[in-house]
Amino acid sequence: MTETLYGISAEVNGTVRAGQVVARTSLVDWLREHLHLTGTHVGCEHGVCGACSVMFDGEPVRSCLMYAVQANGHRVTTVEGLQRPDGQLSVLQDSFCETHALQCGYCTPGMLIAAQALLDANPRPTEHEIREAISGNLCRCTGYQQIVEAIALAAQRMGEDAT
Amino acid sequence: MKAPPFEYVRATSVEEACALLGQYGDGAKVLAGGQNLVPMMAFRLLHPSWLIDINEIPALKFVAVETDVVRMGACARQCDIQRDDAIAARAPLLRQALSFVGHAQTRNRGTVGGSLAHADPSAELPLVAQVLGASLVLRAASSTRTLPASSFFSGPMMTELRPDECLEQIHWPVWRDRKTGSSFNEISRRHGDFAIVAAAAQIAVDDDDRCTRAAFGVGGAGPMPVAFPDLAQRLVGCRLGEDELDDVAWDAAAALEPDSDIHATAAYRRHLAGVLVTRVLQSAYEAAKAVP
Repeated sequence: MTETLYGISAEVNGTVRAGQVVARTSLVDWLREHLHLTGTHVGCEHGVCGACSVMFDGEPVRSCLMYAVQANGHRVTTVEGLQRPDGQLSVLQDSFCETHALQCGYCTPGMLIAAQALLDANPRPTEHEIREAISGNLCRCTGYQQIVEAIALAAQRMGEDAT
Repeated sequence: MKAPPFEYVRATSVEEACALLGQYGDGAKVLAGGQNLVPMMAFRLLHPSWLIDINEIPALKFVAVETDVVRMGACARQCDIQRDDAIAARAPLLRQALSFVGHAQTRNRGTVGGSLAHADPSAELPLVAQVLGASLVLRAASSTRTLPASSFFSGPMMTELRPDECLEQIHWPVWRDRKTGSSFNEISRRHGDFAIVAAAAQIAVDDDDRCTRAAFGVGGAGPMPVAFPDLAQRLVGCRLGEDELDDVAWDAAAALEPDSDIHATAAYRRHLAGVLVTRVLQSAYEAAKAVP
């Protein structure tokens, strides 16, 4: 069977990217294999682990549970889009380094997306809200404690920057 | 695990989606939030030839909060319904249930209609539909029909939707009784997982704290979620003490026919049902009494 190629165009990390995909290409495969944005990780490929989280029109979603054709005309932010304009790590990314919130790093891009989405919507989250926000992301190394600390630290720093 | 090959079409109106369903019939599946369908395709449990994407149809995302009913399009996102304070004021069970549905990332994409059409026996929204007696509007190219939740679900992952029909709207009845309380609770291995057993209740009381209206149900303990209108009727007219609640809850548990599987035995599920129904009835009753 010959699969139809669909032309798509989406704003990825602020830049319009166009391409041709078959319908079954998942959003995460398009990002990684076609656009070479390999920061987003593929874990379980069926929506359980959260490693592939990206922001879709500003909201965190699992990019393994969307097909790339669905992104046509939409806005996607991957972990590569979180850095500062000068290429330095963001406040949140710095906080992850400082509190040792990653060991193997596999879950980290998804954690960063989930955490950034939380802080965008709620700049002063409680510990419970932090845990709820990352509850869809599995980490097999840290036991989560340092990740919670990193997000709380980032919230504190971003609050200080704002005043 | 990648999905098998299929063709994709983005419908721009309900009419177009229904026409496409009429054309492709059995070979087509409606793609809403995709939080169940996409993993099932990745596991190759489903092999549709066509996916009809209804995510870009504004008419399927409306929400209308009215005096007697909350109406919504089938493609209303779970996150939007959860955040909506007007809905929470009229049909609080929806927000209570949605806090148990998946995680932020899946609720941002997942739809109310998708969860109902998928009809997982442990899923939260089908249980709420049964307890509140929601109505579902099913649309085909040349016909529209409305089914109560009690006739819509027909088995595990099975509904009365015909291959050429699309779930178009869901209507959630609003209880206008001033002192109304509701509660949702479930036991799952981890928060956000499918429930092993879930229970939901809504109760209204008069100024003497006597129950004037009650509804409750159980999910995850049979082929589909069930409500117990006859047992709930027994609560009406009473002040609800431990004995009344226990009697009804354990009669409900006894009426269930749960299966054993890798997650829990049938006996454990039945036990959980009794415990959870007691808890949600108690908690809904307390909430109703607390309304000034």
